[in-house]
Amino acid sequence: MTELIIASMMTMMTAATPLMFAATGELICERSGVLNLGVEGMMLIGAVFGFATAAVTGNASLGLLAAGASGILASLIFAFLTLTMLSNQVATGLALTIFGTGLSALVGFDYVGETIDRIAAIHLPVLSDLPVVGPLLFGHDPLVYLSFILLIGVALFLNRSRWGMILKAVGDSDVSAHAIGYPVVLIRYAAVAFGGLMAGLGGGYLSLVYTPLWAENMTAGRGWIALALVVFASWRPERVLFGAILFGGITILQLNAQAAGLGIPAAFMSMLPYIATIVVLVLISRDVVRIRLNAPACLGRPFRAER
Amino acid sequence: MKKLLKLTTVMLTVLLSLGAVTQASADKLKVGFIYIGPPGDHGWTYAHDQGRLMIDNMLGDHVETTFVEGVPEGPDADRAIAKLAETGHKLIFTTSFGYMEPTLKVAKRFPDVKFEHATGYKQADNVSTYSARFYEGRYVQGQIAAKISKSGVIGYIASFPIPEVVRGINAFMLGAQSINPDMKVKVVWVYSWFDPPKEADAAKVLMDQGADIITQHTDSTAALQAAAERGIYAFGQASDMIQFAQDTQLTAILDNWGPYYVKRTVDVLMGTWSSGDTWDGMGPGMVGMAPFTNMPSDIAMMARETAESIRTGAFHPFTGPINNQAGEEVVAAGETADDGMLAGMNFYVKGVDDKLPQ
Repeated sequence: MTELIIASMMTMMTAATPLMFAATGELICERSGVLNLGVEGMMLIGAVFGFATAAVTGNASLGLLAAGASGILASLIFAFLTLTMLSNQVATGLALTIFGTGLSALVGFDYVGETIDRIAAIHLPVLSDLPVVGPLLFGHDPLVYLSFILLIGVALFLNRSRWGMILKAVGDSDVSAHAIGYPVVLIRYAAVAFGGLMAGLGGGYLSLVYTPLWAENMTAGRGWIALALVVFASWRPERVLFGAILFGGITILQLNAQAAGLGIPAAFMSMLPYIATIVVLVLISRDVVRIRLNAPACLGRPFRAER
Repeated sequence: MKKLLKLTTVMLTVLLSLGAVTQASADKLKVGFIYIGPPGDHGWTYAHDQGRLMIDNMLGDHVETTFVEGVPEGPDADRAIAKLAETGHKLIFTTSFGYMEPTLKVAKRFPDVKFEHATGYKQADNVSTYSARFYEGRYVQGQIAAKISKSGVIGYIASFPIPEVVRGINAFMLGAQSINPDMKVKVVWVYSWFDPPKEADAAKVLMDQGADIITQHTDSTAALQAAAERGIYAFGQASDMIQFAQDTQLTAILDNWGPYYVKRTVDVLMGTWSSGDTWDGMGPGMVGMAPFTNMPSDIAMMARETAESIRTGAFHPFTGPINNQAGEEVVAAGETADDGMLAGMNFYVKGVDDKLPQ
């Protein structure tokens, strides 16, 4: 029984990792006041370029770099359109997702059915062999740890650093931040790029570690789950961790319930994360003060500096 | 192989006599294929594409083939099939179960085009159906799994709860039970033919729950790779996947569509095509087994013997007594299930650890 629980938890953590990456990035992006609905597209772009690079060079770490870099590039297209050209963020984000789906299918065409050497799980002598905590704490692939480190880093950045305060200020009142003299557009560019980097890494995790192969549309909606996750976490990084494990865990639990022969309809279980998001939205919307505290006030609003 | 050679010689003779006719008409016969996944899936679609290539190789002077890949089972299938018919394709193979209704619908609009639908059960004057008796291979796999498994639990990744898939699970279970009556099969439905991350998730979950052999009725190599990562054995699906998991694949069921595709194409060329239903197994060579690897030689020997007796018709995988999950006898001792029961199979045999989704 303990073995089943440990094994399930390990599987859940790997399922949560791509969500953690993407949601952490989107959280920073939204905290700066930019709503980027292109997460799914950026993840696919990261997944395909990461995989292609790994397949060509034979080096999965290079593939990961390419995944992050291509995510940044994709997000910069979005940033240019919405921040410089002031296009509608919702429409542009949706377009980015559609663009990413198509581009990744085109680029990935020649790589369907190829294999690469995945980034393997680490194995520390002694530590990884400890009972229970060994595999749980020391038996993952390096990216699981990276996602944790980045999430903690983002939490510290937002809550403890001056630049974190500035980022939140830009998201809450772009006009005031501009009046004080902060480069609002530049800061938002950086936040969007960080979102792109993280979405790219999340996509790369899927194609380089999770299932080391490329398949069209392989993110299968994880980008949208990451978006829901940011709302679920009410824009607080520490809650992203909880949410990612919950959202990732439910997909695994759903399969676990099936394998155990419990007879719960799979579609019902798959629906649960979204119901949870709606419930959370309703709950936080009841309390006006709490919304003001967390949701970036300028989310989705275009900003033009008065000269 | 011998069968193939014989077929080839017959075909060549036919073609030589046909030569005069086809040269007169400058246009080649256009043959179209609709695929559910990419030809690079190294599974189901890959196997169909190998069949298409056999047409190219053998009849290339008279025939031109086209394929449309990644066509979802739904309204898009309608359009894709109609598109092929509109662009002068006179023979169209639709290679997934869910294309059944779209194929029939389009076939009504194009009465002079011949359609061939894989794994379906509804025919029309210009729509034939064909399928392979994959369950014959599944029975052999079940026996191998029961011999090798230490935990006595097999993980089975299933796609959609249709008779084709249920039949496979049952055949596998019957094979496993013939070796060890207490074998357990855990089933996870992923509701997709091709979704690598989900297939991998399902494999991981099954392994988490104690399965030490994985088999699948989905199209990608993801489950095999997930098994390889944990160092347990698994079966390939639809084509030999050994290159993806050298130390993992025990064997694979091979779909060998080529000879059928060539034969049907020749039928159209000669004007002898007629609607029908073909359901061939190991005997005619439509189903094959990849080499038995990563197992002791006595188990490989047993597997070969079972496969041989199925091939010659000496043994039928669905030989009674067979009970359903409720313990009711569905096939009496000494009898074999008829094709009607097999084609519409919607119950589990006793011992399958799952409730069949309805």
